[in-house]
Amino acid sequence: MLAPVLHVLPLATIVRERLLPVSGKVSAHVNQRVNPTDVVAEASFAREHVLLDVARTFGVSANAADKLIKVKEGDRVMQGALVAESRGIFPRSIRAPRAGRVMVAGGGQVLMEVGDARIELRAGLPGVVTQVIPERGVVIRTAGALIQGVWGNGRIDNGLMTSLIEKPDDVLTADRLDVSLRGSVILGGHVRDADTLRVAAELPVRGLIISSLLSPLIASGYQMRYPILVLDGFGAIPMNSAAFRLLTTNNKREVTVNAEHFDRYSGNRPEVIIPLPVSTEPAEPNAYVTFAVGQMVRMRRPPNTGMIGTISTLHRGLSSLPSGLRAPAADVRLENGEAVLVPLVNLEVVG
Amino acid sequence: MPASLVQNESILAIDVGAAVTRAVLFDVVEGQYRFVASGQAPSTAEAPFKNIGMGVREAITNLQNILGTTLLGPHDNNLIAPTQADGSGVDAVVATVSAGPVVKTVVVGLLSDVSLQSARRLAESTYSRIVEKLDLSDQRKPDQQMDSIVRLRPDLVLLAGGTDGGASRSIQKMLEAVGLACYLMPLEKRPMVLYAGNHELADDVQELLGGHAGKLQISYNVRPSLETEDLAPASYELASLVMKLRQRQIKGIDELNLWTAGNVLPTAYARGRMIRFLSKLYESTRGLLCVNVGASATSVTAGFAGELTLGVYPQFGVGENLAGLLQYTEIDDIMRWLQLDISPNSLREYLFQKSLYPTSIPATKDEQAISQAIARQALYLAVRTAKKDFPASAQPARADLMPALDLILAGGGVLSEGTSLGQSLLLLLDAIQPVGIMPVLLDQNNLLPLLGVASSRNHYLPVQVIESGAFIGLGTVVSVIASANYGDQVLRAKLTYSDGTEARAEVKFGGLELLPLPSGQNARLTLQPLRRADAGLGPGKSGVVPVTGGALGVVIDARGRPLALPGDPVRRRELMKRWSYAVGG
Repeated sequence: MLAPVLHVLPLATIVRERLLPVSGKVSAHVNQRVNPTDVVAEASFAREHVLLDVARTFGVSANAADKLIKVKEGDRVMQGALVAESRGIFPRSIRAPRAGRVMVAGGGQVLMEVGDARIELRAGLPGVVTQVIPERGVVIRTAGALIQGVWGNGRIDNGLMTSLIEKPDDVLTADRLDVSLRGSVILGGHVRDADTLRVAAELPVRGLIISSLLSPLIASGYQMRYPILVLDGFGAIPMNSAAFRLLTTNNKREVTVNAEHFDRYSGNRPEVIIPLPVSTEPAEPNAYVTFAVGQMVRMRRPPNTGMIGTISTLHRGLSSLPSGLRAPAADVRLENGEAVLVPLVNLEVVG
Repeated sequence: MPASLVQNESILAIDVGAAVTRAVLFDVVEGQYRFVASGQAPSTAEAPFKNIGMGVREAITNLQNILGTTLLGPHDNNLIAPTQADGSGVDAVVATVSAGPVVKTVVVGLLSDVSLQSARRLAESTYSRIVEKLDLSDQRKPDQQMDSIVRLRPDLVLLAGGTDGGASRSIQKMLEAVGLACYLMPLEKRPMVLYAGNHELADDVQELLGGHAGKLQISYNVRPSLETEDLAPASYELASLVMKLRQRQIKGIDELNLWTAGNVLPTAYARGRMIRFLSKLYESTRGLLCVNVGASATSVTAGFAGELTLGVYPQFGVGENLAGLLQYTEIDDIMRWLQLDISPNSLREYLFQKSLYPTSIPATKDEQAISQAIARQALYLAVRTAKKDFPASAQPARADLMPALDLILAGGGVLSEGTSLGQSLLLLLDAIQPVGIMPVLLDQNNLLPLLGVASSRNHYLPVQVIESGAFIGLGTVVSVIASANYGDQVLRAKLTYSDGTEARAEVKFGGLELLPLPSGQNARLTLQPLRRADAGLGPGKSGVVPVTGGALGVVIDARGRPLALPGDPVRRRELMKRWSYAVGG
């Protein structure tokens, strides 16, 4: 059976596409070395539109109205600029209610875009631009450690990682956060109160990498202006030992926290990247493999959520589970030596 | 193609669900179509696979292993069609798809309680979430409406309004707002548009929207007159539009389309087609109710005298949308179905964790109990939502009751893969709370939508497969409505078997009683209500009714309607354990 792979890798080649949500201008070029906060593309888009119904205002047909329109497609107009004017002894006029750009002029109407907003697309990871996707973005390649999570609050930043976790089931509380951590990316355990998130914002930190979060804190998490990346899920779940080992051994290194939303269709997911110098480029990791004996796996569901183990037996056909359900399953030897029967759909391969 | 020319062909039917992909073989055995076997595999529409083809091939491989025949080419892993001289391959393929992200939909109508409601009902016949509604009562300016559409980036716009030959100017204003919004969106993100309003405006619609919509489809008016609603033609167009959208969104649909020669339908639509067909076939005087609790959505399909009500509710699906379930219900409303003593927070965390891994399954007894409690509430909500759209002829005597039904047919992973048939039946009784007397069937292999899509290839196949006993009879349910105290006797029941022997039950209010009657057997059930209780024959009315057997026989549900659960959690859990024990634990 096919197995999804959770990347917890000490060294890998990481290739990521970074795209604007709308068409824009790509400023980076191929072979350019970029830092996570470098702007690689930007776009401007109209927050709002204004529709001026010339025909209706003047009480004339669309064709007649078109002859009274004084602007054309693409014109930039200032607030109060003349858009259309009727004829006669007492001509009436329609003026632009706000500064903007004419998108369409015709059919008796004028459509303007107003309230320009700019989007700056940042590189998100340190590396080299290997491809420019015209008007949309870039492909960046780097080498380093890669640790994937399950939830992110949509923000991205980088900084020096400071570990405040001593064992996987530690709880990160507000009193552990002091001014010496300002500007750091904090590696913590489980977060169970909004105070911790708030104090981290007040310092401020450059990011928070945690094992788990209580679900009522999700809304607060979205309000934070720094990235929050959850590695293992919701509730009081200890950090999976593979991520724990890899992250704690990289304490005080520069890390990038890309806490983007987990999009199950595009495959984009929150991840921590720790750039490392390499002499020869390591392999790109597989996104999926086939389940096999000897693979390191992570449990996705109770009773051992987040725990790491090794597949010792892959059962043929369907196995009866303690829940009463029957499904393809494997015997997994956990790190504490316990052997458990786990349905394959509740496992992901770590690698 | 005439049925006579295809009646001997083997048909491979594939259902690509959000969590599971199934491959099912229908073939002719002793002159009749039969369900032969089913293979399944986890679906692969989502990352990291991002191509349904992998899951489809794995499901077919598992089916091959069960059948001992070859369906996929050993070298290219492509489907072998038609059937070869050595018995490998299949003659034809059909498919249904429910995998895919929820379809963000804008509904547009003129009158909020007429055409907008029709557009809403049309949207709810597929896997959509309505993100915006526009109608004449909307106080926003056209540019504000347009900006709202642009901001929401819908996948689909459903336009209704105006009776045929009726209003046109108001619709044109709506069309302008939609057309300009489409124009403002990037080409690859423009929504598909289905117009099902005043048919006389079809040319104008084509001119205004044809160049701007991602794809424009014009259908018959869903409201040809104020009094008439006809969703059927537009539902078909919508189903085809949704498949085009899925082709754009999910890799592998193209290949499935080639395999099936275009016979791919959204699962819910294909299921609805079968319910309409069954409702006509069996001349159901009351109604057929089909419920399906799936990962992508919970759907409720009802056929009343051939009139179909189809409600597809992604918000009540038990997969990736579970995290959002608490927007529609209180945590206590899920807790009430639990026999376990756990904290509301644990349940909340379960919902969020499960939504991260929708394809995962309960591994422990406690997890299974939580999963069943959530499914109960999801189905409870879906049925109550759908009930509002049942036709006037099917409205119940009391607003808090269900209309009388002739049959309940249930499916979906939570039900078909339940720990026991008794637990599946209890889940249905708790969530639906049916009234009257009706058999309850379980579509354990989720065949119904596959029969629906296969019916377009072969009319005989669905009937013959259903008559061959493809569904499991859970039993005949008798629901008792009474005004009584817990423990009061409300009914005397006597079951007379075909051999003349009898089984009796003295039914007390608040209890569940089972009278054994094996599947395939018929008997006569004598009902004698006490305290003016209604056992499906009218308040206080006695009578004799023919009943058919099932895995649990005849199930008399005297727990009252609506089901009132004790407020005290200890007492409630005790009672639920007792009911669970009554249906086999």
